[in-house]
Amino acid sequence: MRKKITAIILVLFCFLLQTTLFHALAFNGIIPNLLIILTASYGFMRGKKTGLITGFFCGFLLDIFFGSVIGFNALIYMWIGYMNGSFRKIFFPEDIKLPMFMIVLSDFIYGCLSYCVFFLLRGRFAVDYYLIHIILPEIVYTVFISMFLYPLILKLDTWLEKCEREE
Amino acid sequence: MSPIVKRKREKFTLPSSYLVLILSFLCIGMTVLTFSTDLFSGPLGTIAGYVIVPFQNGITEVGSFLSDRSDELAQLRDVQRENEALRQQVDELTIENTLLQQDKYELNNLRELYKLDAQYEQYEKVGARIIAWDGGNWFNSFTIDKGTEDGIQVDMNVMAGSGLVGRVTDVGPNWAKVMSIIDDNSNVSGSMLSTSDKLIVSGDLELMSEGVIRFKNLIDSDDKVVEGDKIVTSSVSDKYLPGILIGYISSIGRDSNNLTKSGTMTPAVDFAHLEEVLVILELKQQVE
Repeated sequence: MRKKITAIILVLFCFLLQTTLFHALAFNGIIPNLLIILTASYGFMRGKKTGLITGFFCGFLLDIFFGSVIGFNALIYMWIGYMNGSFRKIFFPEDIKLPMFMIVLSDFIYGCLSYCVFFLLRGRFAVDYYLIHIILPEIVYTVFISMFLYPLILKLDTWLEKCEREE
Repeated sequence: MSPIVKRKREKFTLPSSYLVLILSFLCIGMTVLTFSTDLFSGPLGTIAGYVIVPFQNGITEVGSFLSDRSDELAQLRDVQRENEALRQQVDELTIENTLLQQDKYELNNLRELYKLDAQYEQYEKVGARIIAWDGGNWFNSFTIDKGTEDGIQVDMNVMAGSGLVGRVTDVGPNWAKVMSIIDDNSNVSGSMLSTSDKLIVSGDLELMSEGVIRFKNLIDSDDKVVEGDKIVTSSVSDKYLPGILIGYISSIGRDSNNLTKSGTMTPAVDFAHLEEVLVILELKQQVE
């Protein structure tokens, strides 16, 4: 129960930061994708189910406020959470390489799918432009932020786990 | 004793692969439904509005405070250097000013001719603050802190200063989502102020970083349109009220079909530093 409430608070917290504060801290108009960090982390930390549920709610929030169609972001975030969940078996809390790699991969997939659905389908074919000016900068910024955010999420999670075991 | 031993029922849990399938269908279902109905934006938007908007209000204030402070520090050095240069300019400008005074009379006459100012004043407007921006890097929309409670409806036009910002695409009780004209999805029907030639202004993500947007389908057979000309919203647009300034032409070229012209234009609004907007509480008259 405590874990669930924490997760909900984290999702809201990241969503609020991403839509407000980080716009003031944008580098060249690019903002990091905190919700992807959260979704991916919950995926490989706690498994498929938690990952996909977290992803679903992250995407859903984005859809309600900013989506042109409700359900698209929810779908992508959910699949990303699910995909990350299947890497739980090779996840160790001490290892930072897998989480970073998974966050990069997740953000890349998110960027590519967004491009394909919202831009490629409308006849915007300049893949290289969008890759260099939107997708890659977003990944770099996201990874940079995740170096601070991910250890926090991990620490919070292990602490909650400890609390639960002691009860 | 019967041989059948009742097994204790296990606690039911849904395997994640089923869950992902069910939720996927739910998402696709919702996507399809949003195309045909506006079922979700109503109740969901209301709930979300009451939970999220107060927080966004607060954080945006903190965020803009922080960015203002950091800007100030960076500006201080520039300002000192600028000060010297500006002193020199003051002298030059005093001379120029006298010349401009003469132009001013001409301008006033022209304004009266176009009655642009008067037109804006006729519309009833409400001021609103931007509280959150789009959560990604692909689009350019934002939410404002006024909604149906303040009389805002979908498709109302949004301005800042004297220029067009965009229009309301979604509305909740205490928030509204605005799609700006530089958004990649946005198309505005405009017309040249000088020649009344019609054209289409469409946002483009590729040009967003350069601070310009694209325009196309300008029929200018007399070659009268030049760089710097004003573009206003046209009277044939079904969403935008006529005569609102969109921006100025910054480059223009002939299309390969030799009939129309296209190019880039600079919006009249500074989208990078937008904080407050005005919503016109009047909808374009529709012909049913």
